Amino acid sequence: MIPAATLPHPPLVFGPLSPELVLVGAGLLVMLIDALRPGNTGRFLASLTFAGIVAAGIAAALLWNWHGPTLVLGGMIAADRYSVFFRLVILVVAAIAVVLSQHYLERSGEYRGEYYALLLFATAGMTLITASADLIMVFLALEILSLSLYLMTGFSFRRLASAEAAMKYFLLGAFSSAFFLFGLALAYGATGTTNLAGIATRLLFTLAPTQPRGVLLPSPALALVAAAFLGIGFAFKVSVVPFHMWTPDAYQGAPTPVTAFMSAGTKVAAFAAFLRVYTVAFGPLTNDWRPILVVLAALTMVVGSVLAIAQRDVKRMLAYSSVAHAGFILTAVAAGTAEGVRDAMFYLAVYAVTIVAAFGIVMLVSVRGERNLSLDDYRGLARRSPFLGGGLAVLLLSMAGIPPTSGFVAKVAVFSAAVRAGFWPLVLVAVLASVVAAFFYLRLIVVMYMREPEVAAAPAGETVLTRLAVGLPVAATVLLGVLPGVLFDVLAHPSVLPLGGFGFGL
Amino acid sequence: MESYFQSYGVLLGLLVAGVGLVAVAFVAARVIAPHRPSPSKLTTYECGMDPVGEGWSQTQIRYYIYAFLFVIFDVESVFLFPWATAFVRLGMQAVVEMVVFVVILAVGLLYAYRKKVLQWA
Amino acid sequence: MPQLVLFWILAPISIVAAFGMVLARNAVHSALFLIVTFFSLAVAFLALGSPFLFVVQIIVYAGAIMVLFLFVIMLLGVDREESMRERIAGQRWMALLLGLGLLAEVTAAVRLGIGIRTRAAGDFNVLVNHGDNVRALAGVLFNGYFLPFEVTSVLLIVAAVGVILHARRRHGDGGPLDRADAPPGEPLPLEEPGGSTPVDPESAGVSGAAGPVGAAR
Repeated sequence: MIPAATLPHPPLVFGPLSPELVLVGAGLLVMLIDALRPGNTGRFLASLTFAGIVAAGIAAALLWNWHGPTLVLGGMIAADRYSVFFRLVILVVAAIAVVLSQHYLERSGEYRGEYYALLLFATAGMTLITASADLIMVFLALEILSLSLYLMTGFSFRRLASAEAAMKYFLLGAFSSAFFLFGLALAYGATGTTNLAGIATRLLFTLAPTQPRGVLLPSPALALVAAAFLGIGFAFKVSVVPFHMWTPDAYQGAPTPVTAFMSAGTKVAAFAAFLRVYTVAFGPLTNDWRPILVVLAALTMVVGSVLAIAQRDVKRMLAYSSVAHAGFILTAVAAGTAEGVRDAMFYLAVYAVTIVAAFGIVMLVSVRGERNLSLDDYRGLARRSPFLGGGLAVLLLSMAGIPPTSGFVAKVAVFSAAVRAGFWPLVLVAVLASVVAAFFYLRLIVVMYMREPEVAAAPAGETVLTRLAVGLPVAATVLLGVLPGVLFDVLAHPSVLPLGGFGFGL
Repeated sequence: MESYFQSYGVLLGLLVAGVGLVAVAFVAARVIAPHRPSPSKLTTYECGMDPVGEGWSQTQIRYYIYAFLFVIFDVESVFLFPWATAFVRLGMQAVVEMVVFVVILAVGLLYAYRKKVLQWA
Repeated sequence: MPQLVLFWILAPISIVAAFGMVLARNAVHSALFLIVTFFSLAVAFLALGSPFLFVVQIIVYAGAIMVLFLFVIMLLGVDREESMRERIAGQRWMALLLGLGLLAEVTAAVRLGIGIRTRAAGDFNVLVNHGDNVRALAGVLFNGYFLPFEVTSVLLIVAAVGVILHARRRHGDGGPLDRADAPPGEPLPLEEPGGSTPVDPESAGVSGAAGPVGAAR
């Protein structure tokens, strides 16, 4: 073992970190402006935030054709297309969230300069986690995004529901972080490294029968326990049953644009890291962790779908549906194949855009603050506002997995990956759960289209920007449903897999 | 290694001596002093005033903010210690790294100052 | 040898204190037990040849973080009885069972994975520290691990923003208010700079107008 102290300073290749540098820089700038010019309006900081996110998006897009080393900055950051893909998805979500937040905060009078700084830091945490190639970086990024989101969840502090949501999210999130940290320590104990590729290499040494036993570790048992603990940490963040308890309360209590942001952003970011850690670091143990994920996926789909039926509050219903979707994505992860990773990436991109727009429409129906959230408030919405009603209907159809929407393609892809990995009983459960889930999605559509409205007035206050923020995702949902090849072609190349296909023998 | 622990042996000896001294004083007081309790003797001593209410009282929330900011900057200082012992050997890069670290946190402090969190209003 | 002696003194103390922390009825007693655990762990770090971690453990954990814990306890009121009634029957037994299962699992995994040894692979001071723990740590922290170090500052600034956000809301924001109850169309009273809105002692923070600590009631 080389004494760590003699390791040289890694070359300062900051290129692959440019989106995060831009985001953190923008966050600090927002803080400075907010501190030095107290009279600023939310509009100005919102535009600055939006510009920062766009700049980070450009920086990320330029990284698509990165020709430098795959691992940079001491093996902490992966410069692969996998991270670029997820960063772009997260940045799109963040950009939509900025527009929604500005609209919401201006109307509810809850604007504080901190909000946009926190949003930028949370986005930086989310994009950083997709590029983290070391468990320490994964942990730090996870903490940055979680801490920012706890604060954003409790941002409407004059609403007790918001404070309660933040409290629950924080307590359970801190608990899950402890699990993650324990797993990190055990992984280090088992393999002597926290680098994802390094862990995989040491595990291969252990598992290869030709190697002399006991060179590094006599058995992968400790690494398996580490994988389990890290998995619990991720399962909390992506709300996999039985670690989903915080989801409905946090989603319902948080200000709606925050719900939109975290429902899409956290899921994408945490799943990106989940996939990377499991397929890269614990890739040699795939056969060991697959059965566990299969059971969790089945449980998650069933529990999420069934509990969503009982909900009368739209935000809570979408929260439970997001639990169910975590199960569908987990189905692809459980396949443990390169195809499964690709399909999970497709599903996550599609789902993120759909859910952020769905919560956006819920926000617009609320008009101001947190109102009109029960199913009855959606009576005849399509007649009162064809734009909002129609848009939500398309998004709900996509979430239900009904053609010709992107959700349908995503579900088919995920199921076929699981079937090809030999998990047809899981797919059977998934199909049944989809049918159950279709019930509550379609129920909302029926309410919007076939029930007489109680009030004739349309929800007021949409602006061009908010119309674009929810309209473009709706268009994307239909477009990717008709032409899924656009995205699948991008994902077809092996270079989109974590570390360019590390661990898949590519 | 042995000398390493021996250097802490003095500390241990002092600790034992200190604890022993206090223990002896307390035990001696208990043994020697006469013990005749009466209600007024058993009340809590509060600078000569009659004790009112209970011993515990709520702290003000403002202290908490200071405590929390203290923790944050305490963690910052923890990183400064190893840096201070080694930056000569590590060279310019380490200096720049620490400057970036401190500047980012200084923005936080400036923010707290401008938002008047540090004022006792 | 001194390591072993120290271990067998400290390990029981830290475990007993940890149990005491969980089982104590009084929150302050729990906090004090936690300090004992922190201290015994700190000395264990010292015995393992990591004096820097020893100092950090005492300054940050036993010092700063415990102060924070005690502040929270004092804020909430020490004499408040927590309801110990279980809302889900048999929860305690289940937790005990699962906890023991977890302990057995981790122990078995450590035993299988790296083995449980009574002696270290080598002298930590020679292998890793090269005689000077703090400098060796600095060499690692500011070379290979400089990125996590810098990222930590972002994490800390998020925490600082969080504190400021929570602190500022005490200045004349009024108490909790459910937005749903507010009459439609009426704008929320925004925060007045300088806090001219009178603070409602019932609801502004936990003790908005309670006066300084220890004031006689």
